[in-house]
Amino acid sequence: MTWNWIFISVVAVAVVGVYLSWTAGRLDRLHARLDAARAVLDAQLFRRSGVALEVATSGMLDPATSLLVADAARRARAASEADREVAESNLSKALAAAFPDLETSRELADDPGAEELLAELGAACRRVEMARRFHNDTVATARALHRRWLVRVFRLAGHAPMPETVEMDVTPPTGLLP
Amino acid sequence: MRVGIVCPYSLDVPGGVQNHVRDLAEVLLEAGHDVSVLAPADDDTPVPAYVVPAGRAVPVPYNGSIARLAFGPLSAKRVRRWIRDGRFDVLHIHEPATPSLSLLALWAATGPIVATFHTAMERSRVMSAASSILLPALEKISARIAVSEPARATLVHHLGGEPVVIPNGLFVDRFSRARPREEWRTGEGTLCFLGRLKDPRKGLAVLLRAFPMIRRKRPGVRLLVAGPGDPEEAREMLPPDCRSAVTFLGAIDDETKAEMFASSDLYVAPHTGGESFGIVLVEAMAAGAPVLASDLEAFRLVVEKGRIGRLFAVGDAAELARAALELLDDPGERARLREAAQLVVRRYDWSRVASEILAVYEMVAQGAAQVTEAVAADARPRKAQLDGETSARQVWR
Repeated sequence: MTWNWIFISVVAVAVVGVYLSWTAGRLDRLHARLDAARAVLDAQLFRRSGVALEVATSGMLDPATSLLVADAARRARAASEADREVAESNLSKALAAAFPDLETSRELADDPGAEELLAELGAACRRVEMARRFHNDTVATARALHRRWLVRVFRLAGHAPMPETVEMDVTPPTGLLP
Repeated sequence: MRVGIVCPYSLDVPGGVQNHVRDLAEVLLEAGHDVSVLAPADDDTPVPAYVVPAGRAVPVPYNGSIARLAFGPLSAKRVRRWIRDGRFDVLHIHEPATPSLSLLALWAATGPIVATFHTAMERSRVMSAASSILLPALEKISARIAVSEPARATLVHHLGGEPVVIPNGLFVDRFSRARPREEWRTGEGTLCFLGRLKDPRKGLAVLLRAFPMIRRKRPGVRLLVAGPGDPEEAREMLPPDCRSAVTFLGAIDDETKAEMFASSDLYVAPHTGGESFGIVLVEAMAAGAPVLASDLEAFRLVVEKGRIGRLFAVGDAAELARAALELLDDPGERARLREAAQLVVRRYDWSRVASEILAVYEMVAQGAAQVTEAVAADARPRKAQLDGETSARQVWR
């Protein structure tokens, strides 16, 4: 009788153990992907502000718009980690103001070389939008796993903090949409 | 880039997912990428060079209709071998929750995985089941794409998160260069319909109820009906005096489809539901046919709430007839719709859609290792290598 119970307990412990290690593996992979997604988002943001600066200094925009865009782009590049989300959102707003509709952009595109640059900026904006979504998508998945009671009770996530979504306005400007 | 694409349905059966996969593969190949498509097919079925057959698709009831799916140990083995041999930079799985190759691939692979969700449903049983059973597998997806806003909403409802929307693509030029056929232009106005005749969701019955009302006011009007199904059955739904004005074209190829749209004064989409995107509306607009569509969410988004096409209440034959007559009587309005649509359809051209999808590939592959077999599989003995089964054709261009 006792042997039966010992056997059952051993099996039960083994099953829980396997589940825990499997879940820990899932968490680990998610965290690795989270780091990658964050790196991609950072790279895309950097690229966007870079192209925005190039557009601002290319002479295709009027001086006021140029200054507006250049200022927002520089601030976004220089922002500290804490101000980052605000600065990038501000760049999105500045770009939205600079390229309010397709008609304006079409006029600008008449300058030599301007069309390619605008297309590049549009693509960069769209990529930022996608990268943020992919990042936050992974965050949502990781958070759901973090909240499982087994994960919390056995501290499977170690000391890794609850992942946070990136909250910034990265809507691409209407004027740069195809 | 080495891209592996998984299609859950047989490529020789026409359908939204299949067309999307085929076109995407061809556009990527054209752009110089290495593409391999894994799809259900018999070994002796002729397939394009870039397709790797993964076994026969079996018709099974799934999700409310009969679907041709590939599953079972043979398919699973082939999926694993394809992933192992492919050394893909990115794995792109279509409809990952479909119990076919897609699910097998998602299960068997690890690494940069992109998934495209095509389906939109108000409440999806499959997805509800999927959300609990398949969660560990769906977790592996690095980037989720929905083909339309309704598809995105379905996804968010069941799985949460923030998928991006990249629409289905089409080759706009193939449609815009189509010329009208004279034999379809006789009479006073040509309407057209496309879809399986018997499928109630395609709404042919609604149009056939409206057609006599249109014909009463405009006796010279004619209707082209394209799509697989029994024309006699459909013809019987019409009053006898209307039957001569309706031409049944049967299942048609892409070129004929474009010519049908180009010959039409109005494309009618009387669908009653089940539409996620409505690529056929975009095809019609690209070929120059003004669109009159039922007011489904997917259609409303495509015609921009009526700016570039007209809407009528879902299933309302009387309103359909009224709107059709109005548009037939107003060539100016039709020209305006046609022109407004021309700019918008460019957004759906493959050149644009593929570059968005490539951007996604680049983002998920950046700094990541190649796609490999999932660890759990490696622990198992490699029986597949011993049993002398013919190796799956692996073709690179």
